[in-house]
Amino acid sequence: MDLFLQQLFNGFSLGSILLLVALGLAFSFGLMNVINMAHGEMIMVGAYSAYVAQNWFDDLFGAAGLGYYFIFALLLAFVVAGAMGMLLERTLIQRLYGRPLDTLLATWGVSLVLQQGARSVFGAPNVQVTSPPWLTGGIDVMGDFTMPYIRLFIIGLVALCILGVYLYLTRTSAGRRTRAVMQNREVAGALGVVTPKVDMFTFGLASGLAGVAGCALALIGPIGPSLGTYYIVDAFLVVITGGIGQIVGTVLAALSVGWLNAILEYQTSASLAKVIVFALVIAFLQWRPAGMVARRNAR
Amino acid sequence: MNEELMGRGSYWLRAGISRRRVLKAGAALAAVPAVGGLLAACGGDDDDDDTESSGASTTTSGGGDTIKVGVLHSLSGTMAVSEVAVRDADLLAIQEVNAAGGVLGKQLEAVVEDGQSDWPTFAEKAKKLIQSDKVAVTFGCWTSASRKAVLPVFESNKALLYYPVQYEGLESSPYIFYTGATTNQQIVPSVEYLLKENKKKFFLLGSDYVFPRTANKIIKAQLAASGGQTLAEEYTPLGHTEYATVISKIKSANPDVVYNTLNGDSNVAFFKQLQSAGIKAADLTTLSVSIAEEEAVAIGGDIMEGHLVAWNYYQTTKTPENDKFVPAYHDFTSKSGKKRPTSDPVEAAYISVHLWAMAANKAGSTDVEKVKEAMAGLEFKAPEGTVKVHASNHHISKTVRIGKIRKDALIDEVWATSGPVEPDPYLETYSWGGEFAKEKKS
Repeated sequence: MDLFLQQLFNGFSLGSILLLVALGLAFSFGLMNVINMAHGEMIMVGAYSAYVAQNWFDDLFGAAGLGYYFIFALLLAFVVAGAMGMLLERTLIQRLYGRPLDTLLATWGVSLVLQQGARSVFGAPNVQVTSPPWLTGGIDVMGDFTMPYIRLFIIGLVALCILGVYLYLTRTSAGRRTRAVMQNREVAGALGVVTPKVDMFTFGLASGLAGVAGCALALIGPIGPSLGTYYIVDAFLVVITGGIGQIVGTVLAALSVGWLNAILEYQTSASLAKVIVFALVIAFLQWRPAGMVARRNAR
Repeated sequence: MNEELMGRGSYWLRAGISRRRVLKAGAALAAVPAVGGLLAACGGDDDDDDTESSGASTTTSGGGDTIKVGVLHSLSGTMAVSEVAVRDADLLAIQEVNAAGGVLGKQLEAVVEDGQSDWPTFAEKAKKLIQSDKVAVTFGCWTSASRKAVLPVFESNKALLYYPVQYEGLESSPYIFYTGATTNQQIVPSVEYLLKENKKKFFLLGSDYVFPRTANKIIKAQLAASGGQTLAEEYTPLGHTEYATVISKIKSANPDVVYNTLNGDSNVAFFKQLQSAGIKAADLTTLSVSIAEEEAVAIGGDIMEGHLVAWNYYQTTKTPENDKFVPAYHDFTSKSGKKRPTSDPVEAAYISVHLWAMAANKAGSTDVEKVKEAMAGLEFKAPEGTVKVHASNHHISKTVRIGKIRKDALIDEVWATSGPVEPDPYLETYSWGGEFAKEKKS
């Protein structure tokens, strides 16, 4: 029983990680239709931000800084990755709107450049961050069922991000402008919305969310130049399964893929579970090409 | 209407069509990152300051006053981290041999080539070293895949390769000398050690490729014959980063020891998540065979503290030779930019250059067949202790050491075999090794 609960929790945790990784992509790919192969590298930028923040706090406050650097690191990751995203949008992506395959190649090139850049700045070996003390350990619920604080923290962080995104899109004028542009660019433009500016900010937000994901993943995984490549496939998988342009779909897809993966991996093995999940997703997309939550009307 | 003429706005208007196009492109993506990894692996490395063909090469083999030797490692790509360290060990040893008068009165000249973490490139560069540079010997490779790729090149050209890394055994090429451990000099004794410590129930965890699968096959045969028990065998894809489920499986199996043959970044994720699940080295014994000093630094000493590893050599190994070797290597690597710790493969590479130089001096020639003859039975006072080349199988005897990782990521020896262990790549001397001995070419 306790192991069954543990696996339920693990599935939920994996789902939250997938969601965190895919959330930014749900904006850039889902809402803006930009295939951003450099999304994984924005995650990497976030992870390195955690490392840099840790070193700054270590220099400034010594051991006392260890407890607090991570909050700052999350902000830093969001700002740095977001700024890089905006720069990328201004310099490259805005010239390639409506040409998905060209964007794919160009952003893939960018991802290689960023990986090499990380190697030049931080060196080829992995770097490491120390988890803040308040995130070590976990809650022992019963028997073998433990909920590590780090995983609970990530679940909370994802919930916060989703809430933030929801409030931004529905309650702020900037968010309403974003939705207006994504739904009907011409009319939004005619009504006085500066569409290129909205594009830039939306892409920046997408990249910033990827940065936050990277910062959180630094606590449980490796931080190295090739970090992004480990998560990019899963991110696309989740967004496509969920349905393009549907944040709700992304949430549903992340949680189902997470649970499915955890259950299958427990019954079989990690390699086989991945194969089965892929096969099921392909079969599902044959049945419902638009994904879990389809946009009802073509605009 | 022509979509091009309609411009960017219409793209959004006709999202119904475009979305399908995007979806298709997205589906194609699934295959792309696999290639991406490969391409990324081809990127250069900042350590890439290779001394390719140092000195204008006017000499040819046999004539002139230098002898060319090949150094073939990945200086760029994913393997560069590990292999640059080994290249430095080769170059340090070559420098020492030259300082001591060289080979047959001639100085050695290193021709360094970059295998680029790409196995076909290794074969191509090996051919270049042998056929156009006409090197007397080549020191190189790290992964078993790269060794398997160059093996036919060296065999068909009747050229010599010295290979410095522990590997899965079951190989004995007439043109390769193996200065790293074969399975009975690392894995088999480490299992014996664990059984002796009353750790009988094993959980085997590895990355999904040839080395872990072969190693685990051997461990299972050994456990079955010596009263141990294999509880479970788990493989995760290379680069896997999610270990919660594997940790659940370990918890429910409740093993005495997790025998870890994971490779690369997966080790970071596994040990971090093990720690965050509240499992410390004191609660669960793990023994790893792919984590040496440099890897321990990259994962973090505070995470790896107390976990066990099995090798033949550590930076902390106490011998008079090692007291000289460690500072020499630190000096040498500091000059090229970054001070590196010594490790087992680094030491094995250092041994290989010295052994070849001794054999060539003894044979009075750099001729491959004569050097091979001179190698048999050769002894060398290495940093790990005295090693001896086996009479026929091209491996060397090595002392086996179990180590415990410290908080500063160096490794302390906790147990060692009483002396060097004779190499036995096909496990012919073990009663349970029958199925492996069969793989030997008759």
